[in-house]
Amino acid sequence: MIRQPAGAARPPIAAAHLRTDAWWVLPVTVVIVLGAFVVYSTWAALQNAHYFFAPYLSPFYSPCLSQSCLHLTFGVGLPDVSFPIVGVVSPAFLILWGPGLFRLTCYYYRKAYYRSFWLAPAACAVRDVKRAYTGETRFPLILQNFHRYAWYVAVVFIVLLTWDALLAFRFPNGFGIGVGTVVMWVNVILLAAYTFSCHSCRHVCGGHVDVFSRAPGRYRVWHVLSWLNERHPTYAWLSLFSVGLTDLYIRLVSMGIIRDLRIL
Amino acid sequence: MATVTMRVFRGDAGGGSFKDYRVEADEGMVVLDVIHRLQATQANDLACRWNCKAGKCGSCSAEVNGKPRLMCMTRMNLFREGEIISVAPIRAFPIIRDLVTNVAYNYEKAKAIPPLRLKPPEADGTYRMMQEDIDRIQEFHKCIECFLCQDVCHVIRDHEAHKKAFAGPRFFIKLAGLEMHPLDAADRTPFVRREAGIGLCNITKCCTEVCPEHIHITDNGIIPLKERMADSFDPIVRLLRRFRGMRKDGA
Ligand code: SF4
Ligand code: SF4
Ligand code: FES
Ligand code: FES
Repeated sequence: MIRQPAGAARPPIAAAHLRTDAWWVLPVTVVIVLGAFVVYSTWAALQNAHYFFAPYLSPFYSPCLSQSCLHLTFGVGLPDVSFPIVGVVSPAFLILWGPGLFRLTCYYYRKAYYRSFWLAPAACAVRDVKRAYTGETRFPLILQNFHRYAWYVAVVFIVLLTWDALLAFRFPNGFGIGVGTVVMWVNVILLAAYTFSCHSCRHVCGGHVDVFSRAPGRYRVWHVLSWLNERHPTYAWLSLFSVGLTDLYIRLVSMGIIRDLRIL
Repeated sequence: MATVTMRVFRGDAGGGSFKDYRVEADEGMVVLDVIHRLQATQANDLACRWNCKAGKCGSCSAEVNGKPRLMCMTRMNLFREGEIISVAPIRAFPIIRDLVTNVAYNYEKAKAIPPLRLKPPEADGTYRMMQEDIDRIQEFHKCIECFLCQDVCHVIRDHEAHKKAFAGPRFFIKLAGLEMHPLDAADRTPFVRREAGIGLCNITKCCTEVCPEHIHITDNGIIPLKERMADSFDPIVRLLRRFRGMRKDGA
């Protein structure tokens, strides 16, 4: 008994979704964790204090570029930027746009926040909350396609943070290893894993080739990067935690709340 | 043997509703088995599509407890005892009756894709491909055209107006396979952007989540296509290519 021509309309099911599992747990968790990170990192960047405890420099303040820095990365400092009422701008803000843009335009984080914050879709087979949708076809989201530029910048940051981690062996009384040194190395390794598992990196370093047999070098690089790339979401979260915790560790040590233990 | 409650959609475009059935399920059964038993014992007029019962023909796509799945690959022991199991047609496509939908949209999209355009053969008149040249695109050839990815994709599912200018994940991997093909001479990025509407995809990965063939649709297909599209805009890449006299085949 077909009352309308078959195949003319979608199934008359009104519910926005028919899922029975706890599909909302994941987006809620992402909102809490990402939200907490944004709040903490903004707060830490605003502090403009307790980001250096010889020989450790917080990743939120590296490279430290302005004259008021507690630890100048390149020896000389740029003039401080200051505004009326606000006062001197924390040197963190001079640089945090780099890693910030990298994460903001990351394919994986895009998935995470389009789902959790945009609710487009909040979970699979759950109806989009907003009716209007243009994806990444319009300004500003069309600019997400330039993620690779943020990656170029991120690579520079890896070099700088590796340098900081090397300096973390140089204590005022000579070579040494403290818990902070280990913390900084774990952080830079996780950040490097995140940066080099990036989709743009995988494409730029080899994925763009069509005939791999004629580009054996790029093929090998692509192969390794593809292995890393499969783990990109894991590195995205681990490095997010490590960068926040590294700042927190150095902050607490420099505030005298905890003591940095020397291993060597 | 246990009795399970199946909540099955019954109806057509004119109207319909979910109906509860109590069905005997044996150990080792899949949802399709239970649907068949239901058809045999209580609802002889229940429409459902299937062919292979082996997860290879892509006919038995449905939404089980709200998730797009192959009925023949969804084991009953996935569900808790006493859980009501809902079975709905794939909702992104027009309904014919009960669990059967009209997936013609996908065939129209397939027709629009420009076929392989072969490069000129080598000097001896043959074509050669090395294993590493085609490994990457083999993954896309595993597709069984179940269209679960098309069904779950929110661009198709929730934004009817975009359907015209959007190919959908199944055809993004088709395009990726052609675009990365070692013998293909065509530059497909303009098609990917305009006709296939890849910009509408916000890489939220539901297609990958539901693919019964575990194809990494987003990571290995869509994102590389987005990157190739970005190449055509990226002044640095264009400059480098000109500098190195690099052809499209990148070698
Ligand atoms: S990743 Fe893109 S193509 Fe796949 S389901 Fe999401 S929006 Fe659709
Ligand atoms: S890509 Fe996967 S989900 Fe999509 S049609 Fe092919 S097999 Fe089905
Ligand atoms: S950093 Fe996540 S894709 Fe580039
Ligand atoms: S019946 Fe062929 S895939 Fe399920």
